Amino acid sequence: MTIAMDPRRARRQWNQLALLVALLPFAWMTSALFDLFGQSLGPNPSRELLHSSGKTALNALWLTLALRPLQQLNGRIEFLWLRRLAGLTSFAYATLHLLVYAILELALDWSDLGHEIAKRPFIIVGLIALIGMIPMAATSTDRAMRRLGRRWQRIHYAIYPVAILAAWHYYWQVKLDTTEPLLYTGVLALLLSYRLYR
Amino acid sequence: MAKLTYPKIAPSEIEATPAEFGPAEFGTSSHSRRAALAALAAGAGAALLAPGALAQPSAVNARSAAASLAPPSFRRNPRWSVNEAPNTWEEITTYNNFYEFGLDKADPSERSGSFKPRPWSVEIAGEAAKTGRYTLEDILKPHALEERIYRFRCVEAWSRVVPWLGIPLKDVLARFEPNSRAKFVEFTTLLDPKQFPGQRSRVIDWPYVEGLRIDEAMHPLTLLTVGLHGRWLPNQSGAPLRLIVPWKYGFKSIKSIVKIRFTERQPATSWNKAAPDEYGFFANVNPAVDHPRWSQAKERRLGGGLFGSRIDTLPFNGYANEVASLYRGLDLRRFY
Repeated sequence: MTIAMDPRRARRQWNQLALLVALLPFAWMTSALFDLFGQSLGPNPSRELLHSSGKTALNALWLTLALRPLQQLNGRIEFLWLRRLAGLTSFAYATLHLLVYAILELALDWSDLGHEIAKRPFIIVGLIALIGMIPMAATSTDRAMRRLGRRWQRIHYAIYPVAILAAWHYYWQVKLDTTEPLLYTGVLALLLSYRLYR
Repeated sequence: MAKLTYPKIAPSEIEATPAEFGPAEFGTSSHSRRAALAALAAGAGAALLAPGALAQPSAVNARSAAASLAPPSFRRNPRWSVNEAPNTWEEITTYNNFYEFGLDKADPSERSGSFKPRPWSVEIAGEAAKTGRYTLEDILKPHALEERIYRFRCVEAWSRVVPWLGIPLKDVLARFEPNSRAKFVEFTTLLDPKQFPGQRSRVIDWPYVEGLRIDEAMHPLTLLTVGLHGRWLPNQSGAPLRLIVPWKYGFKSIKSIVKIRFTERQPATSWNKAAPDEYGFFANVNPAVDHPRWSQAKERRLGGGLFGSRIDTLPFNGYANEVASLYRGLDLRRFY
């Protein structure tokens, strides 16, 4: 596919391409769920779905935060065109992550929920992060941007606390090896300090 | 000093049926079918994307290495077996915590293909009359292998049912004639970063060390294990020699043992050292004592599929009748 010269069409085409990429993890989960193409979720499928949806949400969120610095360092406006899709992708996988937890891990056994939350405070941290994403997702349309004007930007500053909560949520639940959550935290620190000191 | 007494079972208590000598019928047909499927997947290029598919050829390799040995002969022991359907070979050998091979559940089955479980020897040390180095064959030779179907409960709140092959640890330990100062038994896993890639990163203070109180080690349920599902242990399951202590969280059941030491003091064990508030020395399965970061009241029985069984965790993993008396007077909340 050749990218159009007309910026509006080019923007649409970049987004279509990015949407395909955004759907890849979901395609993997689906094929593994049904044991297609040699994929498998293994003997603990709900745990596998929980981890892959959570990780994808994190990746997309970090990417969302990286797009502005990438554009500034590299000068290509295309990076900025993808921010909405990246952010919505993160929101979608985070929602899936919560659904997998509630439906598959907890088996909708609400009597357990209180006990679980009391015992796993990192769940609350993750839940707050997800709730924090809702206003951003809800105001992600062009119309909302126009209507809200300067207030739109203020609503979307929520991405910073949301990302910090997400990193905390990830760090808190690992068993022993904190290398990966620390790596994510490091990258996040870099992305945030870039904004402060640039 | 009081003499330690070890619980003993009379031979008459073991009601094995002589007709049930191994090897069990876990088919070569499914084995070759899996190999064929793996080859197919690799041919389709799908293996490039597929951690699961990659796991299969090496799982097959690990098994063909073990297959070069004569298959173990054993006798089923219903006296110490639970009446629950065992998980499949696949479910037991592709989802493992064996950090020596890596941190992911699939790492042990994917990365253990070149591990050499034979020749193998074990050093016996400490408070016993007959210390020294013994080959695996020396250790196993005088004993008959038993198959015991045990529940296995991981501290991460999943569980499965496994038909292990092994020898009651007490029978083996007795041969080394532990003395009256032997209050604990310490076990050590092989230290070899060349074979255990996970030992190159220091997530745990290698080598892995576990320990039991002597009465726990001498309990008839404690099994020195060499096989599962009628076969020798595959590398990812702790070949060639591991411990199974079914009433404790899985991390107590140390794998690939190279050293057994009788000690007077409680051994410093790996997980307990790494996070003492999360992993106790005893680590008895206890639904009433939660892990600081998650509940232990329930567990997910592997193999139940997507909506699969979330079942209640039982005190001492269902072995309370057999082992609760070992801990009489012990505050299980403090000594978790």
